[in-house]
Formats: sequence, C-alpha cells, structure tokens
Amino acid sequence: MRSIFKATTASLGLAAVIASGALADGHAKLSGDLKIFSDMSNPAPRAVMEGMVERFGEMHPDLNIELTVIDREAYKTQIRNFLTANAPDVANWYAANRMKPYVDAGLFMDISDLWAEEDMAALASTKGAMTLDGKQWGVPYTYYQWGVYYRKDIYEELGLQEPSNFAEMKSNCQAILDSGRKCYTIGTKFLWTAGGWFDYLNMRTNGYDFHSALLAGEKQWDSPEVRQTFANWRELLDMGAFIDNHTSYSWQESLPFIVSGDAAAILKGNFAVPPLREAGLDDSKLDFYQFPTITDGVALAEDAPTDTFHIPSGASNPEAAKEFLRFVVSADNQTLINGGDALGQLPVNANSSVDDDKFLKEGFEMLSSNSPGGVAQFFDRDAPAEMAKVGMEGLQEFMVKPDNLDKILARLDKAAARIYK
Amino acid sequence: MTAPALPQSEIKRSWYKRNEIAVTPWLFLIPGVLFFIVYVIAPIFQSVGISFTEWDGLGDPVNVGLANYAELFDDDAFYTSLRNNLIWLVLYLLAIPAGLLIALLLNQTVFGIRLYKSLFFFPFVISQVVVGLVFTWFYDPTFGLFNVALSWIGLGPVNVLGDENYVTYGIIAAGLWPQTAYCMILYLTGLNAVDPEQIEAGRLDGAKGMRMLWHVVIPQLKPATFIAFVVTIIGALRSFDLISIMTNGGPFGESRVLSFYMFEVALSEYGFRMGYGAAIAVVLFLIMLCFIVYFLWSMYQEERGR
Repeated sequence: MRSIFKATTASLGLAAVIASGALADGHAKLSGDLKIFSDMSNPAPRAVMEGMVERFGEMHPDLNIELTVIDREAYKTQIRNFLTANAPDVANWYAANRMKPYVDAGLFMDISDLWAEEDMAALASTKGAMTLDGKQWGVPYTYYQWGVYYRKDIYEELGLQEPSNFAEMKSNCQAILDSGRKCYTIGTKFLWTAGGWFDYLNMRTNGYDFHSALLAGEKQWDSPEVRQTFANWRELLDMGAFIDNHTSYSWQESLPFIVSGDAAAILKGNFAVPPLREAGLDDSKLDFYQFPTITDGVALAEDAPTDTFHIPSGASNPEAAKEFLRFVVSADNQTLINGGDALGQLPVNANSSVDDDKFLKEGFEMLSSNSPGGVAQFFDRDAPAEMAKVGMEGLQEFMVKPDNLDKILARLDKAAARIYK
Repeated sequence: MTAPALPQSEIKRSWYKRNEIAVTPWLFLIPGVLFFIVYVIAPIFQSVGISFTEWDGLGDPVNVGLANYAELFDDDAFYTSLRNNLIWLVLYLLAIPAGLLIALLLNQTVFGIRLYKSLFFFPFVISQVVVGLVFTWFYDPTFGLFNVALSWIGLGPVNVLGDENYVTYGIIAAGLWPQTAYCMILYLTGLNAVDPEQIEAGRLDGAKGMRMLWHVVIPQLKPATFIAFVVTIIGALRSFDLISIMTNGGPFGESRVLSFYMFEVALSEYGFRMGYGAAIAVVLFLIMLCFIVYFLWSMYQEERGR
C-alpha cells in the first residue's frame, strides 16, 4: 500500500549528466528533506508521480525526496490524520468545495504569493477552482473531461449515430437493448458514479446555474426542476438502460461489461480510457461523445474535475514544496505527465500541448469550445462533503427504487436544511 | 549500620515491608490499570463529552447540548442500523449450536482427525478482510459461485450484496463461517474435559443419543458455552470489517450497523460529524453495557457459588 521512493544518491549519477546543463540554472539551491504524500496509486498515475519525483530530484540533487503513495480510496480518510498529526510538505487533494474543510481548519497553506507569480498566468482557467475566501490554496496538476465512452463497433453493427439529443439517446438505447445488450454500465458501490449521472442529467435538464445553486444549497431538492431531472433519469431506468446489480460493483468492476460487449457505453471521466485500452479496446472499438442535449436552449456544461497538489500548513520545508509545485505546473512537465502514455488527461497550463490522442483532443475541444454553460467540478466536489454523501446515497437508492423518489427528496431537503445553515 | 538498636529496627520496618501483602498486587496491576484508564475509561467519558458538541474533527467544537441525540431519534439511517444490529445479535448466535455440532462430529478418534480439525478451524485463522473478499466474489451476481450453484437447481440469480432485503443476511452468513470455527474450538476443548465416568454412568442407565447429549454432555460444557456466548455477542456488536469490505454499508446504507454508521458519519471520506458519531457510539456503548453487566454479574455469581 505504501512505497517509499528515495531519489538520493541512486539517481545522482544520472542527475549529474542532466543537471550540468541549463536545467539546474535558475533554480534556487534546495536542500533538506521533501516529504510528499500522494494518492496516485493506480498504475499509470503512480508511474507519473514516481517519474516526477525522479526528475525533480535530478534538478535538485541535494534534496532528499521521500515519496509515499497511499491507496486512493484510503487516502481520502487518512488525509485528516496526517494533516493534523504528521504533515508532509506536499499532499494531493481535490479542488473546490472538497478542500474547504481543510482550508477552514487552517491545514492548507495559503499560496496566493505563488499564484501571483508571472508564470502562473498560464493557469488562469483553473484559478477559480483553487480559490476559497479570495486566496489560493493549491495548484492543479491535471483535469479531465467527462462524457460517454461507447463501443464504436457495436454502434456500427446496429447502424447507430452518436446522439445529439435526448430522444436520439433513448432511441439508440432501445436499439441496443433490442440487440440483447445493456446501454450503460455503471458500478455504484462507492456511490460517486451515480453523482456523475445526476450532474449531467441535471445540467442538461436545468442548466449549469441551477445545478451549481442546488449543490450550493440555494435551491430545494423537492422542486419541479429537480423532479424533471429525475423523471428523465427514470425514463432510462424504466427502459432497463443500466446493467443489473450495479450496486455490487465498483467502477473498475463495471468495466468488464463494456469490454465484453454486454454493455455499449459508460459515462465516465477520461481516466477510464487507459484500463479500457489495456483490456483490448483500441480506437476502432472505443469512441467518445459529449453527453447530448436534453432541454433545448440549455447551454451545454461539463464536469471536468481538477486534481491538485497542496502544501500543508505544517510543512517543514515549504520552500522546496513551492519549488515542487512550480515544477509540477510548468508547461513542459504538464505536457509530459498528461500525455496519452502517462495520465492520459488534460494539462492545466495553457502553454502546454495536448497529447495527440483521440480522446484527449476531443475532450480538449469539447471543454474549450463546446461547453458554453460552464465547467463543474463534480457532484462530491461542488457540494459539501456531508451533503454529497447523503445525496449520492439517495441517487443510488433512486436508481434501484425509483418509486422512493418522494422519500429521497424529502430526506435530501432535510439534510440540506441542517448542512447549509 | 551499628547494631545497638536492633530490636527497635525490627519494630520500625519500612511502610512497604509492613504492607507488602496488600500492596504488591496493586503494584503489579498498575501498568494494566493505567492503560485501561487511558485507553478505555477515559475515551468513554471523552466520547460522551463530544456527543454533546458539533465538531468536524479539525476546528473548535461547539456545544449543542442534546441536539445530536434529538437528531438520532429522528434519523431513519439510525433505525436501520439499530435493526441490523439486532439481526446480527440474534443470527450470530447460530454460531454456537453450529460450532457444537461440528465439535461433536470431530470429537472422535479416526485416522487424520487432526487434519480435519485444522481444516475446520482454518476460517478463523484467516483475516476477516479475506473472508469478506472471498464471500464478495462468492456472491457476485454475474460470475459468483453462489449464483452458478443456484442456477443448477433452477433458481437465481440473486444479487445478495446489492439487494437491501438480503444484504445483511449475506454478510452475517460470511461472518458465521469464522465464528462457527471459533465456537467449535471452544467446544472441542470443552469436550476433552467431559468426565468419562459420567458418560459411563449415563450409559449404564440407558441414556443415549439426544438424551445423553442434553442431560449429560451439555451441562458439563456450560463453561465453554458461556465463553462462546460472550465472544459471539461481542463479535456481533463489533461487526464492522466485513460490512466495510463487502458492501461499504450499501446499497444505500441498508447493511449498516451502528459501529459502521458511526464510522461513516465521523471518520469516513465524507464524514466530518464527530459529535453525531460520538452520540451513536454512546448508544452502542449503552447496548454493550447491558451485555457487559450481564456477563460480569453471571461471573460474579459463579465465583460466589464456589
């Protein structure tokens, strides 16, 4: 579960060769220890993280970097302990409301001074997501589009087109169902996947502004708008669009259904692409489309969650930590780590180039030119933690027992009344 | 020392010497008592204290009086957890008769019996996490052995862990597997201590089968039964790891028990309500207290009876 990677003398030999060039110039001489806690535990992200530490270590040979990679799910509960008790110098986390508890408790360092630097202008697009109380609390290192990843070969076999509105989405789905497959695979054991469906259905039905107001506690759950969203969802549920027994699966466990062709598509972030490719779906079999319009005239908005690095306020080597953050967001590093053979996601630095990868190009295109409504983080990052939990549980229940909708909405409103007071 | 005052020094022994018999046991107990107070007694009072506050675990607690308890009273999820706790308590006790049955079966001398015994004991040795994982795969609605077996007799598929009606029973079944092994071991040692003369006497009087078991063997197994009862009740109330591994409390919270619900609201990914979690912990503690008092009381009776 945890591995410690030390970029010390082992890499010095190599470092001497590279660092003797221009790379080492212009950087302050850093020494001491740099302790990094990371949640990038899936295979591809882990390799990226270890690669970054290695390259940073080469630039700063006197710095002793200690990297601890913690399982991504376990990290979410451990962060509270290590931030208060045994703070590293750099830690991974997420943007927007998800960092609020730690910002409020003064556990993340205010790094507005870093953001004031000239080079950081290239990160302007994500500045809002990193800002709370008018200050910045971390830097982004990657973000990714959400959308529908589908089996192109199945669509071709059935003569289907990428849908552009809800009616087409449903008629496609019916054709897929008639061929003995399910339309969408999903695994709701850990709840948040259902949040993705709600985000899209609600943003397409009621628009970005309503959606973000709802998650910010300014709108009622039991309202005609939200009921309309659930009514649309229910149409899909009543068709039997989703795989059976999804409550038993994690999202990883739901992937075999699309790989085997038992389900034709999945609504997911771009991080689903590497495992699907690894399972044998090449670009002739896997394709992507933007979630189609539901209500005409509602501007399209997307989920594009941003993953981040922070400096805990208990950091013992903040200078080195800041230098590491500068390195992480630098244009070259952004291009490198977000490439199709690495994270396979989108760089946050405007001066980086997006890798020549089908999905990345499509995603970048979509987010930069076809998302006029706005860009949301994600259900459990836009809503406060407690509300996200209660909400996603309600969404899962709705997917299994749509008849309980009244009860669910009442429960959510009751929870909201307590949480947003 | 010079010795003129020798008889005096005999009278004026040190305080410790004079009280050695009374003090020594306490000296030996000090480390244990100290740890018990720091790690068990003090946290109980701390939890009760926290349960009157609203606290996210990071900032400053705010005193809210009984508000957390008032909310518990009106919380569906709390009642679901409480109900599941009761189901656990009742069904987990099945481990005792099942353990006895297996112990009786294995309490014979045939070739290789030690191997059989260890095989039966095996589930108790492996970690609960592994038990949970194995059963999760076993129950898998698409690929799991359970549904394959059901299809042989024309039933299924049943999504045990994804259906709110079956999920708690499915997890309890997984928990019974190691717990039965534990009870079995307790009874096997108990059976070793059964007095052969009484069996002999019973046989002479014509007792066999169930009558022999009920009137001669089981009364002699009373100490083993008591321990099995204690560990099973405690095991049922501590049922946390299996739930966390197998369902994470789902689907939509239907497999939660109080300990898991407490963890979820206070310590999990989205949990920042230490006060509310502490209130649940206090309720769980009160339930446990009933059993603890009963156990202590019956042990006390036993001691006095001797």
